[in-house]
Order: sequence, then structure tokens, then C-alpha cells
Amino acid sequence: MEILPNITINHYLWLSITLFAMGILGVLIRRNAILMFMSIELMLNAVNLALVAFSKMHGDTDGQVFVFFIMVVAAAEVAVGLAILMMLYRNLHTTDTDALNQLKG
Amino acid sequence: MSLTEIAFYVLSFLAIFSGLAVLFSKNPVHSVLYLIVTFFSIAGHYFLMNAQFLAAVHIIVYAGAIMVLFLYVIMMLNLNSVQEDKIATWFKMAAVGAAGIFMLVVVSLIAKTDALQASTPMAENAGLIENLGKVLYQDFLLPFELASVLFLAAMVGAVYLSKKELAN
Repeated sequence: MEILPNITINHYLWLSITLFAMGILGVLIRRNAILMFMSIELMLNAVNLALVAFSKMHGDTDGQVFVFFIMVVAAAEVAVGLAILMMLYRNLHTTDTDALNQLKG
Repeated sequence: MSLTEIAFYVLSFLAIFSGLAVLFSKNPVHSVLYLIVTFFSIAGHYFLMNAQFLAAVHIIVYAGAIMVLFLYVIMMLNLNSVQEDKIATWFKMAAVGAAGIFMLVVVSLIAKTDALQASTPMAENAGLIENLGKVLYQDFLLPFELASVLFLAAMVGAVYLSKKELAN
């Protein structure tokens, strides 16, 4: 199914999957909490891209409205998450998530 | 190759390249800047798919607001320096394997499905603010109002968390 001339929905799905896998990789290989947040943003954007592509394919704007709501949740998540990060830095003087081991048995 | 094809491949290459640069930059500030490039190329994809309003909102919200927030936090925590992540090589290999296996599963899922069929072609002006506003305020009114409650809760939470504790 072509959604643009010579560009099928599968092109956009592959791009979206690649970006999502890169986000997973970022969360796994980085220990800096800010970098992990940025990887989560990358994953959210990959999902948004897939939603807009499907919205274009089906000729339905509902997908685009969902992207709005994902942006809302992402903005709220970043605001609260970075506040938690500030608290973390104030108490531990690092943003390394490996430093958070006090609940370890 | 048509113009849209060239635009698609250029934007996709830019998004993936700068996304990888986000992951592998040593300096967090560079990561933020590369992430802004990724967001701009994704906004370009939205333009290609006739979602003009969404592209504008994406640039304003992500590149304008969220990334500035990231930069402020990096500045306030003074993280503008090279910090090595101390992660064992076997763990990095395992992480690459996990992400690769996820990608393999979804790609094979798509490859196995029959060709996706569309129901109706999209109207040219469907992504403009006039049409999206009608959908948002008619069909999605309750989620829209709930989003404002979510924002209020997030704002209260962020202010509460980041204020200095008062001495008793």
C-alpha cells in the first residue's frame, strides 16, 4: 500500500522499528539517567511516526489526535522525570543509575 | 526517483544517523543537540505525510520545550563533561543482541503479514488545524479535558519534587 509515491507503509514501519530498537539499545547501554530519558523520547517518537503513517494510510485523522495525546504524556513525563532526576542529583551527586542500589538485598 | 522519495530517504538517513549519534555521544549536550536533529527530521516526515499541524506542534513541543528542559537540567547539574559509562563489554553485547532480536521479531512479523490494505485515501487538507480541531473537540473532548488534569498533576508533582526541603 503506497502512502506516498513509491513509498509504502512498510518503509515507514521499518523506519519506526529501527528508531524504536535504537531507543531500547540506548536505555540498555547507557547508565546516565538523562541519556536514558532521551532514549525513551526516541521510542515515543518512533511510535508517533508509525501512528501518523497509519493515519495517512487509512485516511483517518484519529491517529494524528492520538499523537497529540502521546506528546502530552511525554511532556508530563519529562517534567516529572527531570524533577526526580534533580532530587537524585541533590542526594547522591550523580546521575548514574547504578548508584541507586540502596534497596539491594 | 521522485522528489518525495529523495526527501523520504534523506530524512530517514538523518533520523537514524543522528539517533545513533545520540546513543554514542560521550557529552550529554551533544546528545541533546543530535536528538533535536532527529526531531526535526521526524517533523519533516510529518510534513511529507500531510500532517502539517502535527509537524509544527512537534517542533514547538519537542525541539522548543522538552529539549530546552533537558539542556537546562544538564546545565544546572553541570554535566557538561565527558563521563564514561562503566559498563562491561559483555553487557553491551547482550544489549545489542536484545535490541537486535526485538527488531528481528517485528520485522519478520511485518514480512509475514499480507500486504496492508487501505480503506480510504486521505483528504489533502485532513492534517490542517481546522479538521484536527473539529476531531479533537468533538470526538476526543473527554480525553482532551483529562489531559489538562494530567498536566496539572504533573506540574504540581514537578514543583513539589524540585523545591528545596524546608528545615523543620
